[in-house]
Amino acid sequence: MSNTGTTKGAREHARAQAGTATRFRPTIPAREVADPPPGVPAEQLLWADLLGPGDYAARILPRGATVQLVDVDGDACASVLVYNAVRPIERLNVADTVKVQWQAYLGVGSLLLSDMGRVLMSIVGNTGGAHDALCGCSNERRNTDKYGTGGAHGPYPNARDRFAVALAKYGLERRDLAPNINFFKGARVSENGALAFTGDASAPGATVELRAELPVLFAVVNAPHVLDPRPTYSVSPLRVTAWAGEPTGPNDPLWTSSPESERAFLQTEDFQ
Amino acid sequence: MSTSVDVATPGTVLHDEVVDARAPWARVIDAGDTLRIVDLEGNQAVDFLAYRAADPTERYSAPDTMVEQGNIFLVTGSRLISNEGNPLMTVTATTCARHDTIGGACSQESNALRYGFHTKHQHACVDNFLLAHSWRGMGKPDMTSNVNWFMNVPVDDDGTLGIVDGISAPGLFVDLRADTDVLAVISNCPQINNPCNGFNPTPIRLVVWR
Repeated sequence: MSNTGTTKGAREHARAQAGTATRFRPTIPAREVADPPPGVPAEQLLWADLLGPGDYAARILPRGATVQLVDVDGDACASVLVYNAVRPIERLNVADTVKVQWQAYLGVGSLLLSDMGRVLMSIVGNTGGAHDALCGCSNERRNTDKYGTGGAHGPYPNARDRFAVALAKYGLERRDLAPNINFFKGARVSENGALAFTGDASAPGATVELRAELPVLFAVVNAPHVLDPRPTYSVSPLRVTAWAGEPTGPNDPLWTSSPESERAFLQTEDFQ
Repeated sequence: MSTSVDVATPGTVLHDEVVDARAPWARVIDAGDTLRIVDLEGNQAVDFLAYRAADPTERYSAPDTMVEQGNIFLVTGSRLISNEGNPLMTVTATTCARHDTIGGACSQESNALRYGFHTKHQHACVDNFLLAHSWRGMGKPDMTSNVNWFMNVPVDDDGTLGIVDGISAPGLFVDLRADTDVLAVISNCPQINNPCNGFNPTPIRLVVWR
């Protein structure tokens, strides 16, 4: 047993903790992750993390990188915000994302558009069923109403405060939090405008893959969807892996998948 | 002149103004007072932002508002909820059947995507908002999500959505009661490439009453 009553004893005690077994942690360096995605060479791995309930992570990713989100046990909810890493004043705009693409629901081929008419990321893989670009995320007040407490220091951290902290580490402020999108939990709109939670249509191990079309600041929070009717704070682990690659090019069918898509990619290529 | 539209309010009029077509506008609405927005000539989209006047970090949130009421359309009784989950304003009355909050605000950049690069230099709501914000030391981070009063954006079963022909008419209005001191910022939408303004932006009338 170390003696923490002295500086040298405290140092020994601290150093002896490394390697403590815990499930939710990043692998650093990412290339040493035990089970990389099939077909991805270890040396291309940029990021490997496993988020538990209420956990968050943020990362700057180069143009062309792919982020893979894995709903490990089938009950994750990945709330995501994206910024242009070069000039973060440019950020995800969900209203433009759904309006420009004439489509409220996200899937393979959907583009995550910035407020400057450029493609921040494109969805290049999806085995995860329904997602959501309308409902945003929880705040302290909502979690307090629902779970009894909602502060980031408690057992039921709200996603909004998680985003605020994640992005503060990159120089952004609370007012920089725009509406987010959610993966692995969906909502649908009926003809009369009613919003209905569709829950999690995905099986354990379902994945979503997002390709960075610009250098991006990517922030993700794994917390219950704001329409989740369960009275318990229920969310299962979210695995995040990223690897280097190439952005979408003019010969990719996605580039010309619609007139709006083509102009968005042209404006993205034009970014200086 | 269109200002002859009858907008008799139930209380004392504190402010009464016609805002030009395509113009920005901003004003603090004290708690308890009501802002009436009148669509003078019909089918004029009014893009709208609201902030807690004491701390504009707290502002209107389309997602929180839709989740709170379980519906994407704003109607009589809808409460405009902030990003921190608090009510900012309440729709105490409206003679237009419903209003939009998923369609966002038009910008030069999104116009270029939607209609072509030839629209890049046209005036747009985001430019109005950025100008109005510049008067108060606010800026682009303060534009998060907005309401589009009198705009019609249905969502089909397959998720297809779009700005379609309006359901407003001359003289229809919406009353917004401030539940706290609110900074209201408006862009009288200049869009000419879709039917949100009937392809003809027109003036609106704004009345603050108590």
